[in-house]
Order: sequence, then C-alpha cells, then structure tokens
Amino acid sequence: MKTQILVKLALQSIRKNKMRAALTMLGIIIGVAAVIVMVAVGFGARSRIRAQISNLGTNMIVITPGAAQQGGVSQGAQAFANLSLADVEMIRKNAQVVSAVSPVIVTRGQVIGDGGNWRTLINGVDTDYQVIRDWQTASGEFFTAEDVASVRKVALLGQTVAMQLFPGIDPIGQQIQIRNVPFTVSGVLAAKGQTASGTDSDDVVIIPYTTAQSALSGRTFIPQILASTASENDIAAAQEEIRVLMRESRRIAEGDPEDFTVKNQNELAEAASSSTRVMTMLLAAIASISLLVGGIGIMNIMLVSVTERTREIGIRLAIGARGSDVLTQFLVESIVMGILGGCIGLALGYTGSKVLGHFTGWDTVMSPLVILVAIGFSGAVGIFFGYYPARKAAALNPIEALRYE
Amino acid sequence: MNEIVIRTDALKKTYATGSSEVHALRGVDLTIARGEFVAIMGTSGSGKSTLMNLLGCLDTPTDGGYELDGVRVEGLGKNELAAIRNQKIGFVFQGFNLLPRTTAVDNVELPLLYDRSGRKRDTRAIAIAALERVGLGDRLEHQPSELSGGQQQRVAIARALVTEPALMLADEPTGNLDTRTTTEVMAIFQELNEQGMTIVLVTHESEVAVYAKRIVEVRDGRIVRDEPVRNRRSAAADIERLVTQERSAA
Repeated sequence: MKTQILVKLALQSIRKNKMRAALTMLGIIIGVAAVIVMVAVGFGARSRIRAQISNLGTNMIVITPGAAQQGGVSQGAQAFANLSLADVEMIRKNAQVVSAVSPVIVTRGQVIGDGGNWRTLINGVDTDYQVIRDWQTASGEFFTAEDVASVRKVALLGQTVAMQLFPGIDPIGQQIQIRNVPFTVSGVLAAKGQTASGTDSDDVVIIPYTTAQSALSGRTFIPQILASTASENDIAAAQEEIRVLMRESRRIAEGDPEDFTVKNQNELAEAASSSTRVMTMLLAAIASISLLVGGIGIMNIMLVSVTERTREIGIRLAIGARGSDVLTQFLVESIVMGILGGCIGLALGYTGSKVLGHFTGWDTVMSPLVILVAIGFSGAVGIFFGYYPARKAAALNPIEALRYE
Repeated sequence: MNEIVIRTDALKKTYATGSSEVHALRGVDLTIARGEFVAIMGTSGSGKSTLMNLLGCLDTPTDGGYELDGVRVEGLGKNELAAIRNQKIGFVFQGFNLLPRTTAVDNVELPLLYDRSGRKRDTRAIAIAALERVGLGDRLEHQPSELSGGQQQRVAIARALVTEPALMLADEPTGNLDTRTTTEVMAIFQELNEQGMTIVLVTHESEVAVYAKRIVEVRDGRIVRDEPVRNRRSAAADIERLVTQERSAA
C-alpha cells in the first residue's frame, strides 16, 4: 500500500474516534508544549544573560581578591584586602598583552544635586575604565588622565542618577555634592540597563580613583581590578600573564594557592547561566516523563483499538493484506497520532511561551531546531509505543479474526 | 486461463485440542471446473467450514494437495497465500463483513489497494464499475449503516469481484437475510455465473443450494454426496413470483 493511502487511512480512523484520539494525544500535547515553553524560556534567559555579560565590556578580565588562606583556614574574599594600586601599576608596567587596566574603588554615599538627592554607588576608576567597559558618554566628556593625575573633583553620572539629581535640567557643568564634597559633573554616561543579577548598571557615579581615595574614604582597599585586551583571541593569554605577574609580585611559591582570582567575561557568563541550566534540565526531565506517559497512553489506546477492530483486521487479511500491511497501517496510525499531538503541543507551547513572555517580560526564543526535535521526538514516541500493538494486530489469524464478535 | 479452478487431492485437516486430535477433514477429493456454481452443504461440525477455509487459502492443510487455478497452494508461505487470496479469490462473508464507517466505494476499492502485482492502476474507476455491476452505482458514497441488508451484501459481492478473481467463495452469504433479499442476492450470483464466474457457495440451507448447479455435501469430514442440482431454480423468476404474490396480497 502506498504511504499516502496509509496516512489517509490513519487520519480517517482518528477522525472516526475524535474524542478518544484527542484524549490519547493529550499526554504528547502536554509533553511537547512543556518542552517548547521550557526551551523558549531557557534559551531566552540564556541569551539575555549573554547580552548582559557582553554589555559589561569588551574582552574584559576581572581580578578580585581571592580566598586567602592562613594555615589552611580559608578567610574568604573580604577577609584579606589584598588588591592595591601597586598591583594596578605593576600590571600596567609589565603586562604585554593587556591593553587597558583600571582599579575600581567602590563606595556608597549620598549624592546631592540641584533637583534632588540620591544614595548611590560611587566608583573610583582610571580613564581606561571607559575602554574596558566600552561605555560611551551620552553627553559631556569622560574625565582625562590629567584629571586623574591632578585629583580633580569631576564626576560622571549614570542615567539613573542624572535623572534623580537633575530632572529636566542638563547636568553638564552643574555642581553636585558627594558625601558633602563638591564635584563638577563632566558628563552623563550612556544607558547600560540591568546587569545579569538584576541590579541597575546606570545607578552609579564615576569619579577618578585618585579623588575617590583622597577626598572620600581615604581607603586603599580595591575590591576589583579590571583589564582588557585589544583582541578577543588574547584574553586567555592576558589572563595567564596577569596570573604569573601577580604570583611573582606576591612571591607565591610554586604549588601554593593564589590569594586572588582572575576571571574573564565568558567565565562570568558561565557562572551566571549555570543556574538556568539546572532549571532547564529539571524541566526537561519533567517534559520527558510527560512524553513517556503520553506514549504509554498511545500504546494503551492502540491495544484497545486492535482488539476492537479484530474483525476489520480479519477482513483485510482475508482480501489479501499481508501481516506487514496491517502492521504498517497501525504503526502509521500511532505515528500520525504522535506527530499530530506534537504539532498541537508545539502550537500550544508557542502560544504559551509568548503569553508567558508578555506577562513576565521574559525573553522567549524559538529555534527551528527545537521545533524539528519536538515533532521528530513525538513521532518517535508514536513508533516506539505503537510497534507492540501493531505487531499484535499483524500476527492475528485471519480465520479467528473474522469470527471474532 | 486454467480450465480446472479447484483440484484437491486427499485433503486432510487435523486440529489438536489438548491431548485429543480432531479430524475436521479426513481426505477430500474435489475438482471444480471453470464456470461451475457449486453449493457445499453440511451441518455444523461437518467440516464444511474447514473445507471453505482451506479452499479460501485462509488455512493450510495438514496433509494432501490443493491446486487453485493452476497454482499448488500447499506449502506456500503467509505472504504468498495473502497474494493468492488477493488475486485469485473473491470472498463474500456471512454478515457482510464490510468495514464500518467506510463508504461503499472505499470498501470495494480495498482489495485493489493490497494488490502488489501492479496490474490495477485506476483503482477508483474499477471499484465504481464493480458497484455498477451489482446495481449500486447510485450508492457509491453511502456507508454500510446507510444501506439495507441486501445492498450491503451486494457491496460485499462487488468487493469480491473487483479483482476479477478465478473463484468467488461465498460463506453463508444469505445467513442473515430474509427470503426476498436472499433471492435477490442469489439472482446476482446466478447472473455472475452466467457471465462465467466460478462460484463456490457454502450453505446449510437446501433452499439456497437449489440455485447452484452442483451440490457437494460434507459430513464427518468427508464428501458424502456430489451431484448436479436436478430441479434448479432461477432466482430471477422467483423474484417475479414474489413480486406478483405481494401485489395480490395488497
């Protein structure tokens, strides 16, 4: 028998038992819909994290104080404030691959402007910071190396801060007070949006690190050193270079653990997306169980169907159908049921993920590969769970099947 | 074309039920030539159903030979038997045995769809022609549930003759029908037989058997009577008589 006739027959038989077929397909429908929603949301989350990480800067390397150990007791990252300006100078002087480096001195404080006041994050950085983070100014200028050297009291405002301090006013050239120290606004930074962890990147004031040290806290603790390379291909080499230089300057013996960590942007992205990966895998497990249950549902109904249609099978065998014809007929029926369920589930999952995305604001991503895999998988479920009933049908004795009441 | 359609040679069939053996057929020699119309008679348990299953290639004999339209059947495999059923035999079953919720023309087309020889191309047209031949050209798209008993049996006959088989095998084809419809169905068989179709009819009713040309009676697994029908009736004439009776009654 030709394939198209078999498919036609299968569709006919499904149409004759619409309700039953619908209930049978429900398991597959739910399974596939769950897979689609989960993949759409998972992919969406991952691509969003990727975008946010790359938003951090280009080819960025982050050096943080690491787990310092004293006699085998780990002190934790904050216990030992071991990054200093000397490290920055050392890297700047000796590193070959690293093209930009900047300390980041972090404090929080109240900032007062003409139009209001706002408690925000104050980052003391070097001019390279703009290159490392690829952060343009929306208006005005970034401070210069001379500003840094002369410890000038100039500040750049993030979009959020500019909005709070100078609503409706151009902040360039205006005076602000940071912890009661007067600063001149030299520029407003372009908007960066939220970070991967959900904090507002634009809720920040940036000042020269020299000013931050002398005028604000007087602290020399540097929680972070940022560096970058000119090319993406150099990142790994630069990381290694920094590691070696830091070890040398700290006289860390071979085999001893480092009291700092050097990470690149992609490693940060990995860490951020690992949690979503766990969630995706969990959902995938649930979805595959649902598909399994759906498949068992198909097998169950096909077994009932074979018993119900024993006479029909007898007629077919009597008028010349081979066992393989009957097997194919029932197999096609269960495959069609599987794929039909898969398609309905696909449509449902697509709509579901769109609705979910609309109400939660999550990004959802639909890939053609996922669609193919979902339909292919539901077809495979149809084959796997339809084979046993179909074989049972094909093995019937025509005489007994014809006599079956 | 082979002039001998059926030739059996000491055909035996034994069923093993538990420890004992049931000898359903104890050696049947039967020869049926082309164009014959044979009624196989017998009570239940006589072995006539077993004989019909063997003649219909639905079952294989325990012993003996069977040659159908020049093909030795014993020892053939399942798929070869299926092909022979498809191409050489047209079945008409008791209780119609049409596919439910399937139109008349789809039912009739079915055997052609299982034909692997590739000799039939325009299966739809052939199916329609077969239905027209049994006078159901205006009922093509009707489902069995929308047809009367006689009409359903005519669809079944159309399905049997659509492959132009060498042998039409009817198993109690009038079992569930009233007198009038029985006569109508027999009229079709007689007409097909006039056109040259070889028909073997299995029945336990002697009123039906008299429409055939030859009666073979089976008892205890053996043929006990094989003779031509002496006072053969014409179903067409009987229908006319029935119609006249009904008119005068009204």
